[in-house]
Amino acid sequence: MANRTTTDLGFRLGTGAFAFALVLLVAGIGVELARVSMPSIQKFGFAFWRTSIWDPVAGEFGALPFIWGTLYSSILALLIATPISLGIAVFISELCPAVLRQPLVFLTELLAAIPSIVYGLWGIFVLVPAVRSLESSLPSALRQLPLFSGPPLGLGMLSAALILAVMVIPFSSSVSREVLRSVPAAQREGAYALGATRFEAIRAALFYARTGIIGAVMLGFGRALGETMAVTMVIGNTPQFSLSLFAPQYTMAAVIANEFAEAADNLHLSALVEIGLVLFIITLLVNSMSRLLIWSMAQDAAPAPKAKPEAEHVAAA
Amino acid sequence: MNTKRTIIALACGLALLGTGLAAQAVRINGAGATFPNPIYSKWFAEYGKLHPNVQINYQSLGSGAGIRQITEQTVDFGATDGPMTDEQLRAAPGKILHFPTVLGAVVPVYNIPDVNAELKFSGAVIGDIFLGKITKWNDPAIAKLNEGAKLPATDITVVHRSDGSGTTYIWVDYLAKTSPEFKKRVGVATAVNWPAGVGGKGNEGVAGLVKQTPGSIGYVELIYALQNKISYGSVQNAGGEFVKASTQAVTAAAAEAAAKMPPDFRVSITNAPGKGVYPISSFTWILLYENPKDKVKAQAMTEFMKWALTDGQKYATDLGYAPLPEAVVKLETAALAKVKGT
Repeated sequence: MANRTTTDLGFRLGTGAFAFALVLLVAGIGVELARVSMPSIQKFGFAFWRTSIWDPVAGEFGALPFIWGTLYSSILALLIATPISLGIAVFISELCPAVLRQPLVFLTELLAAIPSIVYGLWGIFVLVPAVRSLESSLPSALRQLPLFSGPPLGLGMLSAALILAVMVIPFSSSVSREVLRSVPAAQREGAYALGATRFEAIRAALFYARTGIIGAVMLGFGRALGETMAVTMVIGNTPQFSLSLFAPQYTMAAVIANEFAEAADNLHLSALVEIGLVLFIITLLVNSMSRLLIWSMAQDAAPAPKAKPEAEHVAAA
Repeated sequence: MNTKRTIIALACGLALLGTGLAAQAVRINGAGATFPNPIYSKWFAEYGKLHPNVQINYQSLGSGAGIRQITEQTVDFGATDGPMTDEQLRAAPGKILHFPTVLGAVVPVYNIPDVNAELKFSGAVIGDIFLGKITKWNDPAIAKLNEGAKLPATDITVVHRSDGSGTTYIWVDYLAKTSPEFKKRVGVATAVNWPAGVGGKGNEGVAGLVKQTPGSIGYVELIYALQNKISYGSVQNAGGEFVKASTQAVTAAAAEAAAKMPPDFRVSITNAPGKGVYPISSFTWILLYENPKDKVKAQAMTEFMKWALTDGQKYATDLGYAPLPEAVVKLETAALAKVKGT
């Protein structure tokens, strides 16, 4: 008996140590980033976050265009990827003939296994020329809009958002699919029993699974924020603050990858590390916000399974 | 049973032999510029065949990393495409010496639909294009240099390197010398704040973008253009001649520089004077401490350097690098004696 408690205790301490190591690791990364970026933090202070000149020769560094480029490309990617991922997830889990299911699951997961440099090459040689001809064929009346201003280079925000969307889809759709599969059959049966059509039944299932689906979308967002190689190959790498989908822009991860190896100057190096710190903070914020969102929704939905509110949902739909 | 014993005995014997050899071998570690990586790899492999007891490892992490690592003494030698600044030299714990190893050049590449003629450029014109001041291919400044070529009224798309790079350093060094405005607004570094254009990653990124984008102009290393059969323009040198880059024209630039070589070899040879000189050329350097901690390694490294500067030079042309001119090799051999070995 005593032996059993010691084993249990050992097991608990062991796994606890691993979990704690993870916390230490994250904290360690944060501290180290802050330490190395100190020269830049001291020199620029908060101006680093809101100025937009990036000049390694003059030693002037502002991160705003990179922050903008990262958030803009990731949000655009999410706007494109979310409906598609949901469509894939719903089709595979609800509507797909059994023969097709495994091949489709396999194919979407295969997309996740492609290295990002391969996506980048595909982007340069296939996507960018296609986007360029699409951009040139846009009627000139539309080209006056700030969203489509600038010369049709192919390279730029639109290509970056599209390639990010393709890279995010396997993650969001796989998780959404699993979440939908875990919706109890009673939910659907209940909906059908109330005379719901197939569409209405699926809508009820989606509503039931909404927290998980938001989690899936946020997982994709986190991935889009940090994606480096494929984006830097198609975004045009020009630090500018622009709404235009056609304009070449830049992301935080891309500028670190591009300039770190050759940054011999201390201030330049520390500015690049501070970009890393900013990316770290933004990623933490986004993840905590999505956690909070999921928690609050889960609490709202907590009494749901007991009270069987699905009938109510269907009725509302 | 017997065979088993023999095998064990053999294995032990081999292991002993292995440790015996390893004890004698000198392992030298270096890091730095990516541009000379192909020739350095070739040199280390060839030298290893001649001297099996010397093993040189090289990490091509970039010039910046090379300078950082030699300063922090984490490697035995560094390598860079742009010479260290005075400030960087002061930051090092000991005196660092520069040794030019081979030469490279950077060439302008462009893609103008329906123009097959080889275009001519001057530093001032390229400078204005990269500043975003010349925006059309039929601009009078370009037309003046290229009489007879039918230049279209298409927009110019400037393509530059997005990653920090020795190639960029050489390119902007030349532009800063030929265009005062470029020097003032952009300056010279491995990564700069470009006033115009889009950034491609690596030589392949720039070449790929230029190939695909009608009306574009970019710059790549000569080796890259030669190996990938990309056509490139000729550039006006300090004497007013239009020279197309070739390994000979690059060596010529270095030979001109040899006469006025500073004792520390930190010299830029862009826009060098002289006949037949290609103006966008540069040395690439290996960095060594004058008084390194490990004398055995230092001795082995200077032996290697002597070989690389003489016998090693014959591998340069095949790999697209220009070999060092005789005069520079002589100066360097003398300077190598300063490195304190055993």
